[in-house]
Amino acid sequence: MEALMAVCIGVLTACGVYLMLRARTFPVVMGLMLLGYAVNLFLFAMGRLATEAPAVIGRAESHADPLPQALVLTAIVIGFAMTAYVVILVIRARKTLNHDYVDDRVNERAHGAPEKSQGTRS
Amino acid sequence: MSAHLLILPILLPLLAGAVLLLFSGARLAWKRPLNLFACVLLLGVALALLVKAAGGETQVYVLGDWAPPFGIVLVLDRFSALLLVVTAVLAVPVTLAMSAGTDRTGQNFHALLQFQLMGLNGAFLTGDLFNLFVFFEVLLIASYALLVFGGGRARVAASMHYVFLNLVGSAVFIIAVGLLYGLTGTLNMADMAQRLATLPAEDVALARAAGLLLLLVFAMKAALLPLGMWLPAAYASAAAPIAALFAIMSKVGIYAIFRVHGLLFGDHAGALAGLGQTLIWWLALGTLVLGVCGMLGARSLRSLLAWQVMVSVGTLLAGWSLGTAAAWRGALFYLVHSTWLTAAMFLVAGVVVSRRGIAEDGFMISQRIASPAVGLAFLAGAVALIGLPPLSGFVGKALLLQAAGTAEALFWILLLVAGLAALLAFTRAGSTLFWRGEPSTPRSSAVPMPMAPVWMLLPLSLLLVLAGDPILTYLGATAEVLKTPQALIDAVLGARAGGS
Repeated sequence: MEALMAVCIGVLTACGVYLMLRARTFPVVMGLMLLGYAVNLFLFAMGRLATEAPAVIGRAESHADPLPQALVLTAIVIGFAMTAYVVILVIRARKTLNHDYVDDRVNERAHGAPEKSQGTRS
Repeated sequence: MSAHLLILPILLPLLAGAVLLLFSGARLAWKRPLNLFACVLLLGVALALLVKAAGGETQVYVLGDWAPPFGIVLVLDRFSALLLVVTAVLAVPVTLAMSAGTDRTGQNFHALLQFQLMGLNGAFLTGDLFNLFVFFEVLLIASYALLVFGGGRARVAASMHYVFLNLVGSAVFIIAVGLLYGLTGTLNMADMAQRLATLPAEDVALARAAGLLLLLVFAMKAALLPLGMWLPAAYASAAAPIAALFAIMSKVGIYAIFRVHGLLFGDHAGALAGLGQTLIWWLALGTLVLGVCGMLGARSLRSLLAWQVMVSVGTLLAGWSLGTAAAWRGALFYLVHSTWLTAAMFLVAGVVVSRRGIAEDGFMISQRIASPAVGLAFLAGAVALIGLPPLSGFVGKALLLQAAGTAEALFWILLLVAGLAALLAFTRAGSTLFWRGEPSTPRSSAVPMPMAPVWMLLPLSLLLVLAGDPILTYLGATAEVLKTPQALIDAVLGARAGGS
């Protein structure tokens, strides 16, 4: 079970990192979500993996560590909120920047100078 | 009641933010005084806590009466009280500056500011590693929204980098916290410090990895060299008062390095003592050099100040890597000084932007600011930031150099050259903005920016110098506790449920 879990976390992380390195907004958001799943699984596994062990004392012969499960719940909620925000930001960026590159300067190189920017940029 | 004072810096902004959000449709004429009132109240609470902490006794607030190491504790010592005050002092002028009209350019500024303060205060107070992560997220999500406040191409582009980087950082943070929990079975930082010190030899490598991951996250928030490239664009594009508030944001990473690293990987940590210290030393010096280059190459005042933030980060973390109590005292002084003065100068930049028409704060010959008050404020702020006597920057740098001693010749050279370069950069900026071109005639469409908030922050530099003796005594005691945290650990673990 440990090996399966490790492979799952590894594959999710690898896919997440690959997608993030695409540097286009939609793949990056997908990559961040995959990385988030991998991290949540990892956090869960830190309470040690066990079967037929509920997180309540006295219900079975052994019991699982409830704390990582609570932490994962918190992390999932936070991750959900962050994903919601980042999706909105990306849609806004697509509208404002007229392209979906994460780096605004990529567009400059590909299509010449950008239209008049509304603020100073260093 | 006075025992519950400790949780007020978190509850007060939460309540104020929630009320402001409930009435988000209300007129700004209502929201501005409410926000200002909450900020002033927070400043009062923070000052009361500072007085309380100055006695030297560590106060522990046991949430839900779960005795440590179970449950979450809030810990108030000199260090967290200091940072609470530094933050609360910033909040009042930032609110005033935004209330002059910039808060009209977006939505819900006042609620966002309160949530930002809640996250900051929580991060400074918490004694629990996972809770630190949660408060980091609270302050980050508020800062994401504040950074794009007002919209525009530069802000959206800079904000995307900031958000993506920080989301990856959060993932790394959870991995590090998870690893440390897996190794020690606790999240209470004081308890974890004790267990890490007696870790079995086969687990040391894992703990080392976790510690370096934590350091990576904090270095990214603090904008250390390879991870800090998001900072200049983000700070230079944000609305000036918001950039002023963000002066404390990069300091949160530095606070976390001092606090978490000092507790978990300090001198008492056995095999893990001094983890990553040499690495940070070189990276900090690199950040210093890069920041100086950026200052010299900046093309607008806000960009110049953003690079100046990087210089101060490099200086602070180099001071941290020196690792002696005297160096940490100097670094803490420099931290307070650079936060307040950078914020003051960002507010000056806001005034410049509002008065120079389309040139904004760019270094081009256009309109000059004819007002002597703005010029004087710029001069005072620049003198302090460069580190010339008689203002606080000089004291901060002198303390750091004195603590470094003559053995660290490289640090001396870099810090002094950085001062010279800052002098050049600020001189060039000042002469362009205040002397060259026609006197400015503000556009009627420009959002007004008052000078009053600047005058609330600038005199603090003089205060830091004039009240140097009590302040340095306080900071010296703070550095001692950070260096040898055994008393803090005992106080946290000794706190009994129901004791508060």
